[in-house]
Amino acid sequence: MVVPSLKLQDLIEEIRGAKTQAQEREVIQKECAHIRASFRDGDPVHRHRQLAKLLYVHMLGYPAHFGQMECLKLIASSRFTDKRVGYLGAMLLLDERHDAHLLITNSIKNDLSQGIQPVQGLALCTLSTMGSAEMCRDLAPEVEKLLLQPSPYVRKKAILTAVHMIRKVPELSSVFLPPCAQLLHERHHGILLGTITLITELCERSPAALRHFRKVVPQLVHILRTLVTMGYSTEHSISGVSDPFLQVQILRLLRILGRNHEESSETMNDLLAQVATNTDTSRNAGNAVLFETVLTIMDIRSAAGLRVLAVNILGRFLLNSDRNIRYVALTSLLRLVQSDHSAVQRHRPTVVECLRETDASLSRRALELSLALVNSSNVRAMMQELQAFLESCPPDLRADCASGILLAAERFAPTKRWHIDTILHVLTTAGTHVRDDAVANLTQLIGGAQELHAYSVRRLYNALAEDISQQPLVQVAAWCIGEYGDLLLAGNCEEIEPLQVDEEEVLALLEKVLQSHMSLPATRGYALTALMKLSTRLCGDNNRIRQVVSIYGSCLDVELQQRAVEYDTLFRKYDHMRAAILEKMPLVERDGPQADEEAKESKEAAQLSEAAPVPTEPQASQLLDLLDLLDGASGDVQHPPPLDPSPGGALIHLLDLPCVPPPPASCSVTQAGVQWRDLGSLQPLPPGFKLFLCLSLPSPGLSSHPRSQSV
Amino acid sequence: MAWISHEWFSIIPLDIVLIILSEGHSTTASLPQHGDRGFPFAAAAAAAAAAAGQALPRPRPAAAMQFMLLFSRQGKLRLQKWYVPLSDKEKKKITRELVQTVLARKPKMCSFLEWRDLKIVYKRYASLYFCCAIEDQDNELITLEIIHRYVELLDKYFGSVCELDIIFNFEKAYFILDEFLLGGEVQETSKKNVLKAIEQADLLQESFFSS
Repeated sequence: MVVPSLKLQDLIEEIRGAKTQAQEREVIQKECAHIRASFRDGDPVHRHRQLAKLLYVHMLGYPAHFGQMECLKLIASSRFTDKRVGYLGAMLLLDERHDAHLLITNSIKNDLSQGIQPVQGLALCTLSTMGSAEMCRDLAPEVEKLLLQPSPYVRKKAILTAVHMIRKVPELSSVFLPPCAQLLHERHHGILLGTITLITELCERSPAALRHFRKVVPQLVHILRTLVTMGYSTEHSISGVSDPFLQVQILRLLRILGRNHEESSETMNDLLAQVATNTDTSRNAGNAVLFETVLTIMDIRSAAGLRVLAVNILGRFLLNSDRNIRYVALTSLLRLVQSDHSAVQRHRPTVVECLRETDASLSRRALELSLALVNSSNVRAMMQELQAFLESCPPDLRADCASGILLAAERFAPTKRWHIDTILHVLTTAGTHVRDDAVANLTQLIGGAQELHAYSVRRLYNALAEDISQQPLVQVAAWCIGEYGDLLLAGNCEEIEPLQVDEEEVLALLEKVLQSHMSLPATRGYALTALMKLSTRLCGDNNRIRQVVSIYGSCLDVELQQRAVEYDTLFRKYDHMRAAILEKMPLVERDGPQADEEAKESKEAAQLSEAAPVPTEPQASQLLDLLDLLDGASGDVQHPPPLDPSPGGALIHLLDLPCVPPPPASCSVTQAGVQWRDLGSLQPLPPGFKLFLCLSLPSPGLSSHPRSQSV
Repeated sequence: MAWISHEWFSIIPLDIVLIILSEGHSTTASLPQHGDRGFPFAAAAAAAAAAAGQALPRPRPAAAMQFMLLFSRQGKLRLQKWYVPLSDKEKKKITRELVQTVLARKPKMCSFLEWRDLKIVYKRYASLYFCCAIEDQDNELITLEIIHRYVELLDKYFGSVCELDIIFNFEKAYFILDEFLLGGEVQETSKKNVLKAIEQADLLQESFFSS
């Protein structure tokens, strides 16, 4: 019994009528079974209909591999309908990974050589869509013959098929290069377009071809000029622009030919200026041509005036109401900002305006471009804008914005106070998104600006009092309060309004930081050390501090515990040394290891070494700290050479130092971890350097001290 | 307007949208998203280049346009044209991800999107999204023109084309695309010529076949 097969449209109706996924699957499975049966029976009459149905089902996502052979049969058939569907099936179902695809090579060859034009068109189309390298090699002669056919319909397709073949098999370039010169004389737009694409492909693949085609630059210029000035034909134009597709393609080829070549670039200059000024930019088509022109101008060796014109065009694009055009302009300006910095600077206000875009992609581009445009003369204004942006920008841009601001501030800061203010502002606004070395940078900056100590500590205290959740800010504030607590309590800073701060308040704040669940372990470490330092800076008795320190002696966090225990010991047994150990940090130079002034530390160190109550764990933690140093991630290290973002450099400096005094006493003060490393290892000499070296690097000439090992 | 079911979407004629769009010519915007790199396209291209066995100066191993997808607002695929060789599984994966990404875009965003190592240009016409993937060095604005030209061709052929036309005559949509683009490149810039070619091919099709 022969069941008449469903027509394609009926099947589609049925599938769309299915209410649920399961129902749809059922319908499709039933139909596929019919189709399979029909293929098995080999019914030639309805085969194309069955394949069409199968292709529809394939688009919905269902398997259709059993139709591959049917494609072959349909292609081999003599009926045009069959061929049409067969070739479509081949393009959709066959690809070069299946061996079956080679089987259509013969059919294609027949169709190319003997078929009528529409059939040749189908074959060429299929070849250029899914033709593999083997197929291309086999069929290259056929395609070459078709390049010389009189009918433009087939020729244009043959040319683009040649482009595909060259992409798959670059050796075929030699086959398809000779006809190009003649093809350029064609008037048919399709052929011309194909030829230009072919030449572009050839030039991109081989420098020899590039040199060969440089001589057609005048001809291309002529074609484009004709197109622009006289080529208005309704057939090919889009909103008043003659054949923008062809124009864009020619411009692209000119770009490739003119790149790094003075002579060709010179030939094109006038034309490019003409296109740039005469193109109607009210519609997207004109803007597309203009955009391509700008790209070409920027890439070739164009005259300076032309480059400025190009940048100005991009500036105009920035003011366009069409978002797409603004996006394209921002992307291109970003590419140009290195090479034509001053020209792009002129459009800075517009770029800054774009920061306020609602479209996040546009504002991202605007951010990148704004950061690239910051220089010493506009830094204050730009920073204001960028900081305003930071407050309102979407979260995924925050990190980039914050780090961009910090970098720019570092490079162009007019005054230290401004720099500190800027970093402070960034930390308050986007503290969680800053990079790890921001803390270290800021502490160093503050440490170096002696006149601003009081100001900094005051501001940081205020910021901390308001909000203890931003970790980098808290860390810096804790460090500052520890270092300059006395200035805070003195309360007589001129730059901001006087604030009476009580000792108890300061201690309470630091304790709050210590106890807060929001504080990271590192932050707690900072706070504990700050409390300890305050024990020498404050006038009152230190009971509260001693209390806190002893409580943390049984803390679960090993690092905190170690610190607390050691500070406690400092209180109990080494009180006479406490003041000296917890003295203010000396100014740390960034550039190289500094000899330090505090020689006292070395003497104290000798006495301390016997009493260092450190279990083996500290050694591990010191090793870990050393690894941290190697990673350079934590800002904890503050000994010469300090704050070098490349820790490898730090280590080299260490190795360079002679193993003779002075000890890096500054180590003793900054961060607890480092502090204890040094204190524990402070042997008569050499300094804690040795410890690092012993632990991590074999260094001849440096004896290892068993004591330091135990630390 | 009451967009009750997707049936409604399908029936709204695209040519009205075309008129509106040809006046203003900017609808949806696309977000460039810095997605992960190192996607198969580059690999497939590199593999193709390696297979060819030549050191290429600045090769463009893949076609200018890598693929074109048409899908509805519900994410159903209506047409897929691939100009790069990829396995079925990879195609499905790309389609799924891209459809999700594009559908998540808000209406007022720009038409360009950075996805993996490609640029995606998309535009919405009534209920259909037309989505093209082009290479980094290609001109996005002209790709918008390519999409628009294709829609115009469909419109001319079907007469006020709507999504249902493309669903029920998907093979015709493919044939029209194949007369406009070849191997990822524009082959014919005259609307008239493209439509003439389709007409001739339709005439050739034996009339008693209705499938």
